[in-house]
Amino acid sequence: MRTNDMTKMTYRDAIRLGITEEMRLDRDVIFLGEDIGVYGGAFGVSKGLLEEFGEERILDTPISEAAIVGTAVGAATTGLRPVCEIMFMDFITLGLDALVNQGAKMRYMFGGQSQVPMVLRLPAGSGTGAAAQHSQSLEAWLCHVPGLKVVTPSTPAQAKGLIKAAIRDNNPVCFIEHKMLYDAVGLVPLDEEYTLEIGKTIVERPGKDVTIVAYGTTLAKAVEAADFLEEEGIRVEILNPLTLYPMDMKPIIESVIKTGCLIVAHEAAKTGGVGGEIVARVVESEAFDYLTAPIVRLGGLDVPIPFNQELESAAVPQRNDFVHSVYRLLNRE
Amino acid sequence: MIELSEELLLRMYYKMNQARYFEEKLDELDVKGLVHGTVHLALGQEAAGVMACLALEEGDLVSLSHRGHAQAIGFGLDVNLMMAECLGKDTGYCKGKGGSMHIADVENGNLGANGVVGGGFGLSCGAALTQKYQHTGKVVLCFAGDGATNTGSFHESLNLASIWKLPVVFFIENNQYGMSNPVENHMNVENISDRSEAYNMPGLTIDGNDFLDVYNTVTKALRYARAGKGPVLIEAKTYRFSGHSKSDKQLYRDEQEVKEWQKKDPLLKMKEYLRENRIFTEKQIQKMETEAMISIEQAVEFAKKSPSPQLDTILADVYA
Ligand SMILES: Cc1ncc(C[n+]2csc(CCOP(=O)(O)OP(=O)(O)O)c2C)c(N)n1
Ligand SMILES: [Mg+2]
Repeated sequence: MRTNDMTKMTYRDAIRLGITEEMRLDRDVIFLGEDIGVYGGAFGVSKGLLEEFGEERILDTPISEAAIVGTAVGAATTGLRPVCEIMFMDFITLGLDALVNQGAKMRYMFGGQSQVPMVLRLPAGSGTGAAAQHSQSLEAWLCHVPGLKVVTPSTPAQAKGLIKAAIRDNNPVCFIEHKMLYDAVGLVPLDEEYTLEIGKTIVERPGKDVTIVAYGTTLAKAVEAADFLEEEGIRVEILNPLTLYPMDMKPIIESVIKTGCLIVAHEAAKTGGVGGEIVARVVESEAFDYLTAPIVRLGGLDVPIPFNQELESAAVPQRNDFVHSVYRLLNRE
Repeated sequence: MIELSEELLLRMYYKMNQARYFEEKLDELDVKGLVHGTVHLALGQEAAGVMACLALEEGDLVSLSHRGHAQAIGFGLDVNLMMAECLGKDTGYCKGKGGSMHIADVENGNLGANGVVGGGFGLSCGAALTQKYQHTGKVVLCFAGDGATNTGSFHESLNLASIWKLPVVFFIENNQYGMSNPVENHMNVENISDRSEAYNMPGLTIDGNDFLDVYNTVTKALRYARAGKGPVLIEAKTYRFSGHSKSDKQLYRDEQEVKEWQKKDPLLKMKEYLRENRIFTEKQIQKMETEAMISIEQAVEFAKKSPSPQLDTILADVYA
């Protein structure tokens, strides 16, 4: 149904709405994962889908990540469009062979013969007290594998738009969800044809003094910092790379040319993180000549996520890290 | 039949009660919002976790599942340090870095509770390889749930343990569900122990709520593995009374089923046994229960009073 209506809903509900619409529109879309049936998924994303679509399309799997991802690849190459829920992103490790060595390479390796239209939903990030094996942000790994696409929504509207685009895409798309955003509320378009183009970076908040590139929960913290700084007359421009791979650099480069200052941020461990790649591309570009200060990279500490709550929050960038970084860039400290 | 001394029976009953109280207390703290993160309770599975560990010899090793409190208590861990870990304190087993799901005491042979379902199978093979290589005569007891036996790691590890005759006992607590998924929906074998046939190793299914059945079977399996005959797979049929974790609304099972299993409560069953065999007086039984309860109350006190880790410890222990 085409409509201009919007309604308020959570990030969780928006993902579900996106999946529901696509499943209604296309019978080839199936959904598989652990506890996605009666339980409704570990984070409640698939609640109610079993009732609507039945066991044929909502496939509750055993605890077998390698088989889930492998099955998705096989189903995708033969005509279905599987969506998989990996309960925690951490467990993608168990499905990586099927994803990285099979799904991502098939088309190229076979000279363009096959296509692998599948989506992996990957709840990521810390903040829940689930400790080192349930809190990781492993997106950089996936962004190192040509053939995969990696997207990550930061608002409910983006969640709906991107999950729909991911399902319609003819490639394996890793859809990274941020656990701490599931309850975030925002206006979401109800239009069934509303999708967000994969491969686009957007300006989340226009500004002129400093460019911040951030996504996920870290983006929300950047926005808080920007609100605070605005009261002091500092206008931060925030860019959101909705697609982490392959990344649309143009808006970032344009922004840095305007502001001369760049902060890249994510909660994934800093070393080897996506932020480093963004910085490298900025430095390679014409924006290099416009930089007025060293670039700031905010990232998670190079440690596994600790359990204790204070340690856990100290392990990843927080609002104040943005504020101080901006002060430093503008020589205000 | 294995002889059970009065002293051993006493220890068994005490530890079973400690495990029960530990989790009831932890649940209470969790409901009050005092526990950060997730807690997986093994209420109803105490005979399995505790008794399997009590069958071990000094120096044997264990790999615990994510539902590992009773297992840890059976293995002899200090409930003070366990509770402190669950509350993220510096005095906890992992200095507050692991929490309930990762309680470890490596020096004493507890290789750690595992948050990755199936994560312990390979580790246990490796630990068993060390025992074999170094001729220590020690055995590894590997805990996991029914759901974990559907992982690739389970099958790869059983095969490896079998061909190399590793001294490891795989102990599966079949509590009828992997989260919300009932066993009959997630595997097509009647008994998990049937899976041992594919790897040509002994497989046994036992009543996981019967403390004697667990103790005797694990004792025999450990003997077999210790003698160099290779691995054993044990399936202990049991039931978890509580939800998978706090957020579990338990829509996948009905109350009647829970009630039926509660009649088979392993603690009650053991108490009945003690009474029927007139091994201890009522007073002695009650004394053990009270002492177990007090030990847990003290553990909570200890944990609450303990300091949080200093912020600068965040960078410690990434590398050796
Ligand atoms: C590889 C992996 N996949 C999924 C999970 C999420 N998860 C945690 S416990 C659990 C159920 C485990 O079932 P079972 O092995 O029967 O153990 P139980 O919880 O019943 O003790 C699941 C799916 C996980 N921790 N690790
Ligand atoms: Mg189970």
